[in-house]
Amino acid sequence: MMRPGAMRAFMVKEIRHILRDRQTLTILLLLPLAMVVLFGYALRSDVKDVRIAFVDPMPDDATGAIRNRFAGSARFQVVDVVPTVAAVEPLFRRGAADVALVFEPDLAGRLSRGSPAQLLLIGDVSDPNTGTTIQAYASAILADYQRDLSTARSGMRIEMRTRMRYNPTLESVNLFVPGLIALVLTLVSALMTAISLSKEKERGTLEVLLVSPLRPWQIILGKVLPYLLLAFVNVVTALLAAWAVFQVPFRGSLALLLVASMLYSMVSLALGVLVAAITTSQRAAMIGAMAGTMLPNELLSGMIFPIASLPDWLQWVTIVIPARWYIVISRGIMLKGAGIEHLWSEMLVLVAMLAGFLLLAVRSFSSRLD
Amino acid sequence: MSNAIEVQELTRKFGSFTAVNAITFTVGSGEVFGFLGANGAGKTTAIRMLTGLLAPTSGEAQVAGFDVFTQAEEVKRKIGYMSQRFSLYGDLTVRENIALYGGIYGLDDGEIRERSEAMLGHLGLRDSGDDLVASLPLGWKQKLAFSVALVHQPAVVFLDEPTGGVDPVTRRQFWEMIYAAAADGTTVFVTTHYMDEAEYCDRVSIMVDGRIGAMGTPAELKAEFKVGTLDELFVRLARPAGNATVAGGGG
Repeated sequence: MMRPGAMRAFMVKEIRHILRDRQTLTILLLLPLAMVVLFGYALRSDVKDVRIAFVDPMPDDATGAIRNRFAGSARFQVVDVVPTVAAVEPLFRRGAADVALVFEPDLAGRLSRGSPAQLLLIGDVSDPNTGTTIQAYASAILADYQRDLSTARSGMRIEMRTRMRYNPTLESVNLFVPGLIALVLTLVSALMTAISLSKEKERGTLEVLLVSPLRPWQIILGKVLPYLLLAFVNVVTALLAAWAVFQVPFRGSLALLLVASMLYSMVSLALGVLVAAITTSQRAAMIGAMAGTMLPNELLSGMIFPIASLPDWLQWVTIVIPARWYIVISRGIMLKGAGIEHLWSEMLVLVAMLAGFLLLAVRSFSSRLD
Repeated sequence: MSNAIEVQELTRKFGSFTAVNAITFTVGSGEVFGFLGANGAGKTTAIRMLTGLLAPTSGEAQVAGFDVFTQAEEVKRKIGYMSQRFSLYGDLTVRENIALYGGIYGLDDGEIRERSEAMLGHLGLRDSGDDLVASLPLGWKQKLAFSVALVHQPAVVFLDEPTGGVDPVTRRQFWEMIYAAAADGTTVFVTTHYMDEAEYCDRVSIMVDGRIGAMGTPAELKAEFKVGTLDELFVRLARPAGNATVAGGGG
């Protein structure tokens, strides 16, 4: 028989546990903020010290003047001047340069004749934010130079080309935020439930609950729902932080993203319950949750290392990693504005995982009694 | 219903080890029944079966008129349970703990409020109702845990070594509470290691190696085995079982 009163009493207790542990709650609430900001800044290449190389096939007054202006700027650090585009390749490959500015031959001549001149900025910028910033700085320096030449007639166009083939793991904040949300949700959902449930087990209070009319599934649900609420708050915080601090674009449906995030949270919660059910102490549960959910979700989800760059067998392993699917969904919604019609298969995978883990969790939870 | 607990040939095996070996006994309504035995004799296993935490290998048991194994949900609503380990939540207040267990056992808000106040009055905790349970002295905690186990007025209450680590004065008070509960018609099924406490019981059974080695009122047992105290009887019965206890382990 359903006992709404019993469930309510149990859930009130869980919420009190969470609210009363102020330190943990503070950490959990600030975590998404701290993670987005820290990861975001750490993963941005610093636009203060952009290492620039020049491709100057025919040095003249104009190229010399422009080079000097870049050298004088605090934003740029000139690493080399080479005669051909081919010669910058090794610099990029070694990671010695971030961008290269390519001059046309006879730049001074063109400028004096008033014919348009083109400069090409090649960037090792897989991070579009940084790329845009670098381009803006470079444009400003060139605009300055142009003004001083007072040859307003001549159009000097800078064309920006980005190259993704270098340093592909240097992902942008944009690509990273969905992964971060997954990480925070894993932490709050899997780790916290595992700890909370195994604490009851260790202290012996779980036994008393099991003797009571509460059913195992009610205990699990009562444990899980408050954390689902916390996870929801975390998703919103992370999104707000990403938007406010890094102007991460948000192209798709917020509702769909929230639904997907809650679905992913539930998968993690079920995993947390499963971990708590098969471990016998809080410590073991914590390590189990870390090793069993945090690490794989971080390393094998495509969040940090692209799945395509993993060995074949590890690529197969990623199929059972919930975060892998969630990250596809959240990146799709946030960055591409994809709708449910594109993401339903990934959503279905998560639903199937939820059902599977939940079944295992309730079963291992009940069988503990025998 | 004349008997609160009826057990027939109840057996539980763990692999080749028989923790509880075909025990049979009854406990009358309102009785204080002492369930004694050395560590590993099978007491905890038996209690876990009677409270529905563990399935038996064979045998039958009825608690409060319901079959423990086929009517587990009905049984759960009729019993109270206080485990060896402290079963209240330290980070909740006294009132919150009472409300939690009251709610779990289906009391409505009015009943919870009413019984909380009555309980706090009885325990002399009226001023500490909003204190965290963690801040109470151990003796108070145990008395509170017992009262909370009775909050839904169960027909039978199972107490698994309720007075472990408690000072003699509090133990005495605790037993007064047990008598009061029995006088109200609650059947008390209690395990203990203190033989002076066993003397307070209406009847006791002593488990030895998964079997019931002796059962009766304290006076009957002392006469039957010609001993001065239950302590002597306990030691005499438990001693031959010494090696089995070591080998047996998890009872």
